[in-house]
Amino acid sequence: MVIKIEHKWGMVVDLDKCTGCNGCVVACQAENNLPINTKDLFMQKRAFEWIRIERYWEGEFPNVKARYLPVMCQHCGNAPCEPVCPVYATYHNDQGLNVQVYNRCVGTRYCINNCTYQVRFFNFWEPTWPERLQNQLNPDVTVRTRGITEKCTFCVQRIRRAEITVERRERTKLNDKTMAARNFMPACVQACPTNALMFGDQNNQEDKIHGYFEELHNHEGHSDSRGYRILEEIGTDPSVIYLKKVDQFKMEHSESHG
Amino acid sequence: MQEGRVLPPEQINKDLLNSIMSTPKWYWPAVGICSLIVLIAATIVGYMINKGLGITGLNRPVMWGFFITNFVFWIGISHAGVMLSAILRLAKAEWRRPASRAAEVLTIFSLMTAMTMPIIHTGRPWRSLYWFFPYDFARGIFPNIRSPLVWDPSAILTYLTSSVLFVFIALIPDFAILRDNTTGLRKKIYTALSMGWQGNARQWKLQIVAGILLSALILPVFVSVHSIVSWDFGMAVSVKAWHSTVFAPYFVVGAVHSGVSAVIFVLILLRQAYGWQDYIRREHVEALCRLLIVVSTGWFYYFCMEIIFGIYGREADEVAIRTLQFTLYPWNWIMIIFIVTTYFLPILLWSRKVWRRNLLIVSIACISVNIGMWLERYILFVPGQINKQLFTFTWANYTPTIFEGIIVLGTFALVTLLLLLFSKVMPLIPLYDIKEGDILKTEVQIGRRTVPATFRED
Repeated sequence: MVIKIEHKWGMVVDLDKCTGCNGCVVACQAENNLPINTKDLFMQKRAFEWIRIERYWEGEFPNVKARYLPVMCQHCGNAPCEPVCPVYATYHNDQGLNVQVYNRCVGTRYCINNCTYQVRFFNFWEPTWPERLQNQLNPDVTVRTRGITEKCTFCVQRIRRAEITVERRERTKLNDKTMAARNFMPACVQACPTNALMFGDQNNQEDKIHGYFEELHNHEGHSDSRGYRILEEIGTDPSVIYLKKVDQFKMEHSESHG
Repeated sequence: MQEGRVLPPEQINKDLLNSIMSTPKWYWPAVGICSLIVLIAATIVGYMINKGLGITGLNRPVMWGFFITNFVFWIGISHAGVMLSAILRLAKAEWRRPASRAAEVLTIFSLMTAMTMPIIHTGRPWRSLYWFFPYDFARGIFPNIRSPLVWDPSAILTYLTSSVLFVFIALIPDFAILRDNTTGLRKKIYTALSMGWQGNARQWKLQIVAGILLSALILPVFVSVHSIVSWDFGMAVSVKAWHSTVFAPYFVVGAVHSGVSAVIFVLILLRQAYGWQDYIRREHVEALCRLLIVVSTGWFYYFCMEIIFGIYGREADEVAIRTLQFTLYPWNWIMIIFIVTTYFLPILLWSRKVWRRNLLIVSIACISVNIGMWLERYILFVPGQINKQLFTFTWANYTPTIFEGIIVLGTFALVTLLLLLFSKVMPLIPLYDIKEGDILKTEVQIGRRTVPATFRED
């Protein structure tokens, strides 16, 4: 029996367009009520970045280049974090999302250990906000308490809001047509100045990201396209495709410097 | 034939019950110091629950640190009890007699202590019931049986239940002796505990059958418990250093290794503290040392295998972790100390019989094994998380804080305290077992021949 899944959300990250501006990081911080990343938190290596820009340096001065890799929760189809949670605090929902239920979490941190991409975060302290920032908290998103795990949700609150709006206004379910009309997206995608991030429905034939997933699944291993998924060899089946950076100027091989 | 003299039963009663009937001078100060340390550790746990796990040294890649290391360490210690008492009982090894009770009791207390570690290490320990007990608590969600963390409590609680039963069955005849030797409230309590023991043939038979049956039933539990604990790590696909199939036997052998040495150490302490030279004799220590040599060599084999399995594939992330473990500070020092203390120091006992019979040397070897085995768990768990993936961006180091150290110290104090309190209410050497051994040793003259007074049914 084939279960027809209506939506399977996915994302495409074009590394060629990414400038490493960290706009997505800030947008995510504001949208999802993340605690303020103070210097203390950074020094303790406990900063919260549901999406982070990994920066790698290539080559040696002066012939040096920075590579940026935005990493958010990959919403793996075969997520390592899900089976290890003893209380079902993280599970796969019927829209291909890897969902975290904060109320169920007891904080064993096994999911964090088992996450290949290091995108799960633990609340070591009770999160606090300065008095004047209390009112900027997003009412659609839970504020997490200490001792639980949290991670990127693909802004599930926006997906839910779109569904509700469509149902209320147009009396239909969120489908291919209505989705295009609503044009909703996670905060990071919305904030990206270069449109390096694209969000959509993998199952939707008309969606702009559909083609990338189609291509990846059809020509696995020997594709000419730029699409790949990070740490795919572990077998996690991520829902995020990265498009390779196109190098205009070939780097001189670092070995040639001696 | 064994060494030592055959003592009359009254003498055995008097000697072995002296831990209960009289209080040595050091007893209450020792209890006081241990209680104080436990109290301080408990206070810190309370503070940690109140403040959050931020007061530990854990950070983003290293989510399991001292607490889980300590958990696995105590689970390991707990494996000696069954190893010594069940296997040796089934194998009818004579020299197990004085060691069995202390080993079983150490099992129970270290298991209990181990169980506290994963609870206090969680972010919300007050919700632990939701993953410990297979019940939905009106939430509509049962625990996720795919998670090794749910296998853990079931295995450990099974082990705890069977060990308690095992100890209790063996204690019944001793309770009866205590019942006959005490007065007042204590007599009432021991009467209830001895469950109407009269020492008649039927009761002895039932007690022996129950003991043998439990020894046989407990063995699979004993192997499975540490295998399951090792699967907490072996099942983690994303931590390269943990994701290994050799972990289950490696952990079981390692557990027996640390457990046997802990039992030897406890026995030597008991011998010195209560003057039980006639019961815990040097031959027992020597026999246990031989067992230790066998186990440690077996353990060393698995240690080598684990490294070879790791580097054989020459995958970049495996190699990165081995490089970290073997060549980079501080892990290289921990690695050297760990290998030397766990294997190369105690294995020297192999060479000289005199050393195996020297209590000081044996004690040093036993402590060294346990230091090494603690470090083994630490070096197995933490570096794997430090360099979890090839994404160098998320690599970070782990420095435990003083709070974690005190809590770990507190668990050692807790086990000591529980053992001390136990020694005050129950005999730590099985009286009936020693007497049985003595009876089996006695010989009678029939005509011109000397034959054993009793035959054992096999």
